[in-house]
Amino acid sequence: MNTLYRSMLGGRSGLIGLAILAGLLLIVFPLLLEPFRLNMMGKYLSLAFVAIALVMCWGYGGIMSLGQGLFWGLGGYCMAAFLKLEAARNIASEAGTDQIKALSTVGLPDFMDWNQITELPWFWYPFKSFPLTLALMIVVPTVIAYIIGTAMFKRRVGGVYFAIITQALCWAMEILFVTRQGWTGGINGITDLRTLLGWDIRTPSAQSSIYFMTVVGILVCIVLGRWLLNSKFGRLLVAVRDMEDRVRFSGYDVANLKTTVFCIAAAMSAVGGAFFVLNVGFMSPKLVTIEPSIYMVIFCAVGGRMSLIGAVYGTLAVSYGRTFFSEEFPALWYFLMGSVFILVTMVFPDGLAGAATRGVPAAWRWLTRNFREPPPAPATAAVKEAQP
Amino acid sequence: MPNPTTRPGALSRIMRSVVMACAAIGSAMAVEDGWTNPVLDKFPTAAVNTTGLATGDHWVTVGQLHSVTGTMAISETGSVEAERLAIKQINDMGGILGRKIKIIQEDGASDWPTFAEKAKKLLIKDKVGTVFGCWTSASRKAVLPIFEKENGMLYYPTFYEGLEASKNVIYTGQEATQQILWGLDWANKEKGAKTFFLIGSDYIWPRTSNKIARIHIEKHLKDCKVVGEEYYPLGHTNFNSLINKVKLAKPDVIYSVVVGGSNVSWYKQLKAAGITGASLAAKKQLLLTISTTEDEVRGIGGENVEGFFACMKYFQSLPNENNLKFVAAFNEMYKDKYAGKAVVGDVTQAAYLGPWLWKATVEKAGSFDIDKIAAASPDVEFTGAPEGYVKIHKNHHLWSKARIGEMMLDGQFKVLAESPELIEPNPFPEGYK
Amino acid sequence: MTAKIALALLLAASAGYSWDEIKGVMIMQGFAGLSLFSIFLLMALGLAIIFGQMKVINMAHGEFLTMGAYTTVFLSWLCESYAPGLLAWYFPVAMILAFFVAGSVGFLVEFAIIRHLYKRPLDTLLATWGLSMILQETFRQIAGARETSATMPEWLMGSLQPFEGVDIPINGIFLLGASLVLTVIVVINLYYTRSGLRVRATVMNRDMAGAVGINTRMTDRMTFALGCGIAGVAGAAFTTVGSISPSAGGLYIVDTFMVVVFGGAGSIIGTILAAFGIAQAQSVLEFFLSGVLAKVAVLLAVVFILMIRPQGLVVAKIRK
Repeated sequence: MNTLYRSMLGGRSGLIGLAILAGLLLIVFPLLLEPFRLNMMGKYLSLAFVAIALVMCWGYGGIMSLGQGLFWGLGGYCMAAFLKLEAARNIASEAGTDQIKALSTVGLPDFMDWNQITELPWFWYPFKSFPLTLALMIVVPTVIAYIIGTAMFKRRVGGVYFAIITQALCWAMEILFVTRQGWTGGINGITDLRTLLGWDIRTPSAQSSIYFMTVVGILVCIVLGRWLLNSKFGRLLVAVRDMEDRVRFSGYDVANLKTTVFCIAAAMSAVGGAFFVLNVGFMSPKLVTIEPSIYMVIFCAVGGRMSLIGAVYGTLAVSYGRTFFSEEFPALWYFLMGSVFILVTMVFPDGLAGAATRGVPAAWRWLTRNFREPPPAPATAAVKEAQP
Repeated sequence: MPNPTTRPGALSRIMRSVVMACAAIGSAMAVEDGWTNPVLDKFPTAAVNTTGLATGDHWVTVGQLHSVTGTMAISETGSVEAERLAIKQINDMGGILGRKIKIIQEDGASDWPTFAEKAKKLLIKDKVGTVFGCWTSASRKAVLPIFEKENGMLYYPTFYEGLEASKNVIYTGQEATQQILWGLDWANKEKGAKTFFLIGSDYIWPRTSNKIARIHIEKHLKDCKVVGEEYYPLGHTNFNSLINKVKLAKPDVIYSVVVGGSNVSWYKQLKAAGITGASLAAKKQLLLTISTTEDEVRGIGGENVEGFFACMKYFQSLPNENNLKFVAAFNEMYKDKYAGKAVVGDVTQAAYLGPWLWKATVEKAGSFDIDKIAAASPDVEFTGAPEGYVKIHKNHHLWSKARIGEMMLDGQFKVLAESPELIEPNPFPEGYK
Repeated sequence: MTAKIALALLLAASAGYSWDEIKGVMIMQGFAGLSLFSIFLLMALGLAIIFGQMKVINMAHGEFLTMGAYTTVFLSWLCESYAPGLLAWYFPVAMILAFFVAGSVGFLVEFAIIRHLYKRPLDTLLATWGLSMILQETFRQIAGARETSATMPEWLMGSLQPFEGVDIPINGIFLLGASLVLTVIVVINLYYTRSGLRVRATVMNRDMAGAVGINTRMTDRMTFALGCGIAGVAGAAFTTVGSISPSAGGLYIVDTFMVVVFGGAGSIIGTILAAFGIAQAQSVLEFFLSGVLAKVAVLLAVVFILMIRPQGLVVAKIRK
C-alpha cells in the first residue's frame, strides 16, 4: 500500500499537487464558470492529454514528437466516425425533415452522400459498434506509433530528425484526409455530431457531464503516468534520455524502451482526441496538422516538461491565454502570445512547474524573512539533491 | 432563456445581474448621447424581443465573426469592412426599429474550432440578435450545428458549394449552380468552347463546383467534353507541371477554381509560361474562373490576369447607381486605409447585403426574434443592392444574376455579359448529384 | 530520368500527340523540375546555415523569407510612386536591400534571444515560434492582411521561345540563376574565407575555437545574420513566382526543414542534392499523378529514405 501511495500518487507532495489540481478542476471551475466557459475548459483539457503524453515521451524519454497531432487526430476521427454514423441513422429515422430530402442515400453520413458514395466504405463498418470504436481508437494509433517507433528507433533516428519526420507524417496524413473527402469529410471534417448512444451531447447538462469525464480521464492519466515514471521503466527512460549509449551497453534494448513510451504517448493522445470530439462536437483535419502539433509541444514546455501536473496547467494557461487575448485584444493577440512564448523559454526554462518549485519556496522565504533568524542555507542544497 | 434546461449557478446569476446593471447604464448613456428611440411606443422592447436577446430600448447588438488573423484574414478583411459600412449607414439612417446597432467583433483566427467557440460565445454569452460572419465552408460547417442548437441567425456572404439550406442561415452569396451553369453556357454559346480542363484547390467547394460543371458539360452542352480535372493542396505554390499538362491537353476553356494564396502563384506562372489572355484568344481558347475577384487580382497584379474571364454576380465596375454610391461610400469610410482606391469584390458586396437584408427582415417581421426573422425572410427584397435588385428565396438563398467580366490591366473587370433574369437558387440541384 | 522519358513517350503515344509536342512538353517539364529545385534550394540555403551549422531550429525562417519579399514590395511601391523610371532596375537593388534588412533583424534576434539558448537547441523551436507570431503580426500591421505583390520589371516577365511550342519562363531562369549564384557565394564564404573558417571551427569545437582566439559569440551572431539575410534574398526572389501575405512564411517552413534534414544537416552539398531530388520527384509525380498525391508520395518517400539513412543524404563529419 505504501509503495502504491509512493509510486502512483508521488508521495505527500505529489498528492498535494494532485489534490489541488483535482479541486480546481472538479470543484472550483464548475462553481465559478458559466456552462459555456466550462465547456471551453473541457476542450482545453482534451488537449492536456497530449501535453501529459509529451511529458512522458519528451520530458522523460527525450523523444520530441512534432507530430503528436497525428495520434490525437486519429483518436478524434475514430470517435467522430462513430458519432457520425449514429447521427446519420437518427436522421434516417426522422423522416420528412429537410435534411432527408437533401440526401440521396439515407443513412449514410451527409458528406459521403455529397461525394456520390452510395455504400459505406468497409473501414467504416467497425464504427457502427461502440465497443469496437473504443478499441480501435486506442489500437490504431498505438499500432501506427509502434510501426513508426520500431522503424525509427531501431535505425537509431533521434532528436531533431525524429521531430521533422513526425512532422512530415502529420502533414501527409492531413493532406490525405483532406483529399479523400468522400471517406473523411475533407477539409470540413466530420461535423454536426449529436448523440452518443442516444444521449444528446449538445445539452448543457451533457456538456458538463462530459467535462467531468474529461477531468477524470486527465487525473487517471496523471496517476498512470506517475506510476510508470516512478517504476524501473521510468528510471531507464531518463537514463536513455541522458546517456543513451551507456544504457545500450548495459544490455538494455533502447529501441524497445523508446517504442514503448512512444506507443503509450500515442494511446494517451488518442484518448484526448476522442474527448475533444465529445466536448466540441466535430473533428477537422485542421486540428491534426503541424500547427496544433507545435502548440501541443508548447503546452508541455510552458507547463514544464518534467511535470505531469504542470502539463495540465500549461495547456490551460496557453489555451486560455489564446482565447483571452484574442477576445480582449483581437488586433494584438499575436504579439502578446508570441512574447509570452519567448519569455517563458528564456526566463522559465522549466516552465510553470519550474517556476513553482523554485519560485514559491523563494517567495515564501522572502515573505517570512523577518520571522526567521539565520537564512536556511543548507535547505537549498537539500532541494538540489532531492531533484532527479 | 434559449434553453429551459439551463440551470445557472449562483455565481452566474450574480453575473447576470451585473450584466443587467451594465446594460441599464449603457442604455442610460445612450439617452444621454442625445439618442432617443423615436418609435419606442410602436415597438416596445418587450414586444420585439421575447427571447432574451441583448436588445434594449435604444440599441441592438449583433455579432461579427470573421478571421482577423491567420491565413484567411486576407480574404475576410473585405467582408468585415463591408459589413461595418452597412451597419454604419443603417445607424446613420436611424437604426432598426429605432434601435442603433452595436457590434461585438470576434476573431475566428482561421481556425474552425475557434469559430465554433466564438459562435457559442456570441450566441450564449452575448445573446446577439444576429451574426454576420464566416467565409470558408469549413468554418460555416463548424458553427452551423451551434446556430441550429442555440437558435441563432447567421448571414453568410461567400459563394459556396450548396448542398445546404438551414433555417438559421441566410446565404447572401451564390450557391454553386447560380455561378457555374450560366457561365458554362456563355463559354459554349458565345465562344464556341467544346473542351474544358477543370482545375481546383483540393477541398469541397472546388470539387463540388467541378462536379456540377462536369455533369453540365457532359450532359447538357452539345458535343462538349472534359479533357482534364486536377486538384492541388490549398496553399500550393508551384503549378508548372500542371501548366504543362494543360498545354498538352489544349482545352478550349481552362476552368479555374483555385483559391487563396495559390492564385497568385498560379497566374504568375501561367503568364511566365506564355499563357496570357491575348495568347489564349489567338488560339480561340479562354480561361474562365469562378474564384478570382477584384480582391484577389489586387494581390496577383492586373498584368498577370489581363484578358482572362470570371463569372460572378457582382463586379466593382457595374455602372448602376446603387453600386456607384456603394463604392463611393466604401472609399469614404476607409479613405485613410485605401486613399480612395479601395477594391471591392464579389464577396465583399455580398457581405454588405447582410445587414441590409437583416434590417428589411426585422422591419417586415416587426421583431428581433430569430424564429420570426427566419419565417419572414422569404421574399424580403433589397432594392438598394450594389449588384442590383436581390430577393431572398424560401430556401434562404438569394435570387441573383450571373455576369461575365473580363479582367483588365488595372485590376478591374469589364462586364461583358449578364444573365437576362434573376437565377433561382437551387442548393440541391436535381440531376447534378 | 530515363523512366520519366519512357513514361512520357508512352503517355503521349497513347494520346496521339505529335513528336514536337512531346519534345516541347518534356523540355518544359524538365525546366519545371529545375525551377522547383531552385525554389527549394533558395528556401533551404539560409536554414542549412542556421540549422545545419548552428543547430538552431529556426521556426521563424519563413518569416525572414516574407520579410525579404515585403522589402521588395515596398521598394517597388516606392519606385512606382517617386521614380517610375527606375522601375526596370530596382529589382537587383531590392534583393541586396532584402539581404541587409533580414540580416540585421537576424543580428538583433540572435543578440536578444538565440544566444541565450545555444545550450538548449530544442527550446529555440519554441522561442522562434513565438518570434514568428510577432513578425507575422508586424507584417500585418504594416502592410495589411491582404495579399500584395511587387510590380515586376518588364524584362522579368514572359518567356523565352527557343523554338515553336516551348516556353521557358524568364522568371524561372532568373530564380535558377539566383539560387546558383547564392549557393556559390555561400560555399565560397564558408569554405574559402577566413570568416568561413571561423564559422566551421566554432561549429566543430566551440571551446577549442575560443581557445585559439576566435570570437565565438560574434561568429555566432554573424552566422545567424548571414542565414537570415540569405532567407531575405530568397524571399525577394520569390516575389517573381509566388504570393506575399503576412502568413505566407508558414507555407514554406516544413518543406524547408525537410530539404535540410533530408540532405543531412551540416552539409551544403547535401542540401543541394536534397533540393534537387525532392524537386524532381515532386515535379515528375505531379505530371503523372495528381498534385495532391505527388505531395503525399514525396513526404512518405523522404520519411522512408531518412529511415534508411538516418543522418540524411550526406553526413558531415563532426566530432561530438
